[in-house]
Amino acid sequence: MDFLRRGFLTLGLLAGFAVGAPVHADPQSIVVASTTSTEQSGLFKHVLPLFRDKTGIEVKVVALGTGQALDAARRGDADVVLVHDRPAEDKFVAEGFAKARQDVMYNDFVVVGPASDPAGIKGADVQTAFRKLAETKSPFVSRGDRSGTHSAELRAWKEAGIDLAAVKGDWYRDVGQGMGPALNTASALNAYILSDRGTWLSFKNRGELTILVQGDPRLFNPYGVMLVNPEKHPNVKVKEGQAFIDWLVSPEGQTAIANYKIGGEALFFPSAGKANK
Amino acid sequence: MTETFHETLIRLWSLDRDVVAIAWLSLRVSLTAVGIGLALGVPLGALVAVARFPGRDALVALLNAFMGLPPVIVGLVLYLVLSRSGPLGSFGLLFTPGAMIAAQAVLATPLVAALSRQVVADAEAHLGEQLRSLRLSAPRRAMVLIFDARFSLVTTALAAFGRAISEIGAVLVVGGNIDGHTRTMTTAISLETQKGDLSLALALGIVLMGLVVAVNAVAAFLRSHAARAYG
Amino acid sequence: MTVPPVIRLDDVRLALDGRSILDGLTFAVPARGVTALIGPNGAGKSVTLRVIDRLLCPDSGTLHVAAGRSAFVFQRTALVRASAATNVALALAPLGLCRRERAERVASALARVGLADRAGDAATRFSGGEQQRLALARAWALRPALLLLDEPTASLDPTATAIVEDLVAEMAEAGTTVLLVSHNLGQVARLAARVVVLDGGRAVEQGPTRSILSSPRTPEARAYLTGELPWTSFAAAS
Repeated sequence: MDFLRRGFLTLGLLAGFAVGAPVHADPQSIVVASTTSTEQSGLFKHVLPLFRDKTGIEVKVVALGTGQALDAARRGDADVVLVHDRPAEDKFVAEGFAKARQDVMYNDFVVVGPASDPAGIKGADVQTAFRKLAETKSPFVSRGDRSGTHSAELRAWKEAGIDLAAVKGDWYRDVGQGMGPALNTASALNAYILSDRGTWLSFKNRGELTILVQGDPRLFNPYGVMLVNPEKHPNVKVKEGQAFIDWLVSPEGQTAIANYKIGGEALFFPSAGKANK
Repeated sequence: MTETFHETLIRLWSLDRDVVAIAWLSLRVSLTAVGIGLALGVPLGALVAVARFPGRDALVALLNAFMGLPPVIVGLVLYLVLSRSGPLGSFGLLFTPGAMIAAQAVLATPLVAALSRQVVADAEAHLGEQLRSLRLSAPRRAMVLIFDARFSLVTTALAAFGRAISEIGAVLVVGGNIDGHTRTMTTAISLETQKGDLSLALALGIVLMGLVVAVNAVAAFLRSHAARAYG
Repeated sequence: MTVPPVIRLDDVRLALDGRSILDGLTFAVPARGVTALIGPNGAGKSVTLRVIDRLLCPDSGTLHVAAGRSAFVFQRTALVRASAATNVALALAPLGLCRRERAERVASALARVGLADRAGDAATRFSGGEQQRLALARAWALRPALLLLDEPTASLDPTATAIVEDLVAEMAEAGTTVLLVSHNLGQVARLAARVVVLDGGRAVEQGPTRSILSSPRTPEARAYLTGELPWTSFAAAS
């Protein structure tokens, strides 16, 4: 029965292809759970090759919201987390999922909006600006995804003395997505939005949007890095993960971060050395 | 709009080696997943078409319903299963191409099973009585009918491939869209769209469409070439 | 009859989709030679063949088949999209032959129906006559003790019909019991020694071919045969 034999042969080949295809697991690689803003700003594309060339360690970045990134690390699906939501990071350490948190870099948030600025917030401080946005019910896009930027936005409303739950209306669009999609939405709606400077600088589909509020100390956006505690998850690659963290905070890594520029503008500013427990 | 298209054409010319690597990964993942889907789904569909057993109607209904399994849900469930804290966590498959293959195979298998059940049932209407008269066992009848319907099953394979290569929900969740590692055409397009680089996203989209058309064309050529010999 | 019959049906009843098809069918088929099943459309002839081949299970009554292996050639040839040789070979699969035996049987069966030189050709591209010859080869390869033929020449031209009839006659002479369903009374007269006339799911008359075709005793058989006669003379003329 020639055709039956041929059938078996075909199935065998398919199975062989299926088994042979996946994962030739590179021995030296770590998974870093990080944020959409760092990934989409292009920073990793700039610094990771430098680290790989030096150490031979491949860094695989999974870009999620800060909240999701921390959750993935809690489940043991990452070796290192690099995020920007200080209270959430401190909680992560307090729960024992990491032994220590280190400052790596910071950038700042900016309030972006239409150049015509119907709410009249240009040049104001953050508290005034957010109060005006709520008063005029100007279209505003929120990440709404438990990301570091989302947390920062919620803090900004609170510090402006605004009860978001009470004033929320049609003007407040909660998109539940990463920084890029949120900026796309704001661009399409000509709405105001809080963005990290890095993503904004690398964002191309700006339309009429422009920076209206910046430089307020309240807009400071620090990034922290943590090695997932191997006592919680034994599969964590401690040596390689720690090597990555050590490199990031070393003068070499810090220079690499400072050298990443778009259109001559730096996106992130090194801040290592102020180690925090 | 026209500006975007103009830029897209320029970007198409300048697509670099990264794009080739991404396209190759997409093809490798989806073709492997379809291969697994065919290896599991075709015999399953054929057996359901040929054999009579209690619960068969329910199984057919289930297969038909699973044809439309939402990729995001498959991705989510597989994420929880493959996560280090999940039951299969020790394999370390999450955020690897292997996880993406598994997710797309889960999507492809019921689709292949449901479609090949129909194809084999049609062949059975023509050949079934003869094969039963020859006293062939149900598995052997299924194999003969699969062989008889092999040219129609190419269409089934293409449908599964189309579903696999174009889905994003599952590969994004279990693959993690890691640059140079698990970034596929669909996750790359989504990422560039998020970054607001619409012309690059569109250029990648055109490459993806080209891949799908090319695979379909090759399959259609092989099919008509082979089928011509058998009328 | 001194020789016990190969097939015996006794009061067999079968309803399909709530419609009675076989309604107390009783007849016997002697060993060797060709027996023809004739009767109007809907009399239950094809269903009777399927019951004997156990493709259908009767609701009641007894069926006794003393023959060994049976082979069925359908009116509509069912061939797999594969070579002629493969089509014959797949019928041999349940026999558990070794590869050489199987190849020899395939070759001799194809040679017997005059298709030896077409063994590697796609069966589904054969002409109607060739397809039916291939179906006979597939049946013949099984070395059946009982051959069931359901209008095997219904859609063939006279030349192809003659070839198929010759093959059936040869198989019968070689010792196979043949049960033939046909509307072609000329064919029945040429091939069959005995005839069973079916009407409404019952055997209304059975006996030697010549006496039944020339002088049917029951009104049902007479009605069927007189209705068929113009066609018979036409077929004989062609």
